[in-house]
Amino acid sequence: MSKEYENSELLRFTTAGSVDDGKSTLIGRLLYDSKSIHQDQYEAVEAASQRRGEEGVNLALLTDGLRSEREQGITIDVAYRYFSTPKRKFIIADTPGHIQYTRNMVTGASTANVALVLIDARNGVVEQTKRHAIIASLLQIPHVVVCVNKMDLVDYSQEAYDKIQESFEKFAAKMDVKDVHFIPISALNGDNVVHRSDKTKWYEGPTLMYYLENVHIASDHNFIDARFPVQYVVRPYNDDFHDFRGYAGRVAGGVMKKGDKVTLLPSGFSTKIAKIHGPDGEQEEAFPPQSVNVELEEDFDLSRGDMIVRENNQPDITQDVELMLCWFRSDKALQLNGKYTIQHTTQTARCVVKEIRYKLDIETLHRDTENSEIKMNDIARVVLRTTKPLFVDSYRKNRITGSVILVDEATNNTVAAGMII
Amino acid sequence: MDYHINHLKELESESIFIMREVASQFEKPVLMFSGGKDSILMVHLAYKAFYPAKIPFPLLHVDTGHNFDETIEYRDNLVKKMGATLIVGSVQEAIDNGEATEEKGVNASRNALQTGVLLNSLEKGKFTAALGGARRDEEKARAKERFFSHRDEFGQWDPKNQRPELWNLFNGKHKMGEHFRIFPISNWTELDVWQYLAMEKVELPSLYYAHRRKVFERDGVLLADSPFIPKKEGETVFEEMVRCRTIGDITCTGVWRSEATTTEQIIEEVATTRMTERGGRTDDKRSESSMEDRKKLGYF
Repeated sequence: MSKEYENSELLRFTTAGSVDDGKSTLIGRLLYDSKSIHQDQYEAVEAASQRRGEEGVNLALLTDGLRSEREQGITIDVAYRYFSTPKRKFIIADTPGHIQYTRNMVTGASTANVALVLIDARNGVVEQTKRHAIIASLLQIPHVVVCVNKMDLVDYSQEAYDKIQESFEKFAAKMDVKDVHFIPISALNGDNVVHRSDKTKWYEGPTLMYYLENVHIASDHNFIDARFPVQYVVRPYNDDFHDFRGYAGRVAGGVMKKGDKVTLLPSGFSTKIAKIHGPDGEQEEAFPPQSVNVELEEDFDLSRGDMIVRENNQPDITQDVELMLCWFRSDKALQLNGKYTIQHTTQTARCVVKEIRYKLDIETLHRDTENSEIKMNDIARVVLRTTKPLFVDSYRKNRITGSVILVDEATNNTVAAGMII
Repeated sequence: MDYHINHLKELESESIFIMREVASQFEKPVLMFSGGKDSILMVHLAYKAFYPAKIPFPLLHVDTGHNFDETIEYRDNLVKKMGATLIVGSVQEAIDNGEATEEKGVNASRNALQTGVLLNSLEKGKFTAALGGARRDEEKARAKERFFSHRDEFGQWDPKNQRPELWNLFNGKHKMGEHFRIFPISNWTELDVWQYLAMEKVELPSLYYAHRRKVFERDGVLLADSPFIPKKEGETVFEEMVRCRTIGDITCTGVWRSEATTTEQIIEEVATTRMTERGGRTDDKRSESSMEDRKKLGYF
């Protein structure tokens, strides 16, 4: 007996934009038109709209979070929202457009399949649009949807829409964004969000919801290069499983099969996969993003931070890492020769900042080699030296084995995120 | 070849990853167990994450003393089945010792008293990570919660100063006396939980299925008739087919009119319902930001 929901896929998307772009209204519209809003939530928003003296129900209020945000009328932090249709379950990482914008956008983008970039049809491509597109490109979000919003305020003009599409494409040509779609919408009136609009007859593409439900995300993971970072060693020490030693972790890339010949890093020893245990018992193969428990034919002293790979397909084993780094800390700049803790897959090491190559202007893509003061929300190309070898791929090849975070050793705060080049 | 798993298996994999990360990064974790479906799901996932080894951390139940009988019976059976260790933090004991003061009046609840007992239990056990079954879809303050949520030496949450979480990289570093709250099922919705429990054929306390119960109505919410809740004038007890959507302290857990006696019927009901599950929690209705305020102080 198969039920509809048992075939439903998970899609994560991020929305970036300021309040003025109508981002909150768009999210409210998606939630409302997909019937994901409950009556008590709707009534609370209705009452809040009336208190604020607004005409009609302000769907943007559905995404209001903390009291301090309501008081200031802004969003401080990434908020996660959920809705589902029979086809897919959606997770929205809703990131604010102004305060700590880069930090929050980078956070939301790190796990997203799709980026929604909102453009106000009256204003066209502005600096903020460019910033969003650059972040989507840096973070390698597989799919980008440009929603040209507030079409109602430009009389649903095809000319206005075409002009925006053209200027975005011209800008995007300089970047590494793969799959871009454009949709003319009005979040306020619901045109082309969930329901097709009869006011944009010239537009033949899908509605936003149709796009989100159907965009091909099955190949968003890397299924080619087998990478299994050991996360935890399972040793039961009980009578039934006396000699059991399982290497637990989440497959970061490739497909691993029972019987596969594998190489262990950093030791370089070779052996075979004896068994793969999944959440439902033994399985023949494992692929991303599955969490499994692997038994090897021979016992080696493998521990957290080590990696299981294929003999003829190995990551770079290196102590010198070059990456694009996004700096998060507000009260202190990135220090040349500064030392930080670095986390990469399940490995933790220390690192020193050897070189700051340039600072990237995320509105013009200009590379500033003169200015090496990297402050909060800045993005820079840097070179790190680590205390022990990391097993890395380029971020372009694998978002999991190609990413790191830096942790400040005095405060324990996460102060930077990096994408390996 | 097209490799993909459905949304429930992906959520399961994510939660298992988080639990293993906790076992690796923290010296002394503990799993907060309330007896509700979300904490039952947590125990189920923890079992899978470490099988064939036992769950490498104890369960902690903060007991208000005002429970549904079914909760305690279920808890004790589960602990036995899993071979887990159970720690009970008692609100009644805290009141008897003078560490907590009972609320007065007809709406009195021991909900707020749980915070102090929880923090004391964590301190006493020197726990550095407390795993909880909170979900981001439950409530607007929880929508901003991290998987790894840092708490200072007073157990407080600072929502404006949270560590960013990117990719699969979780930073659990902390100083002496600080701890983390960990929420492995952050990305699950109420519907996901039910669909998964149905798929896994997990047995739940009978309270979740529709049954006949003596109830009364207060402020539009049906409450179970119990000696722990004094009735106001004019409140009359009647029998009704009801079920719980959340299970907490009996004094603040509303029950719902329902005919759903199987998990499949519950899924149908949840998918079409017009109210959120916390709509029956009178503790959330005290003010617009009551969850935010309680969380800052260290509430679960």
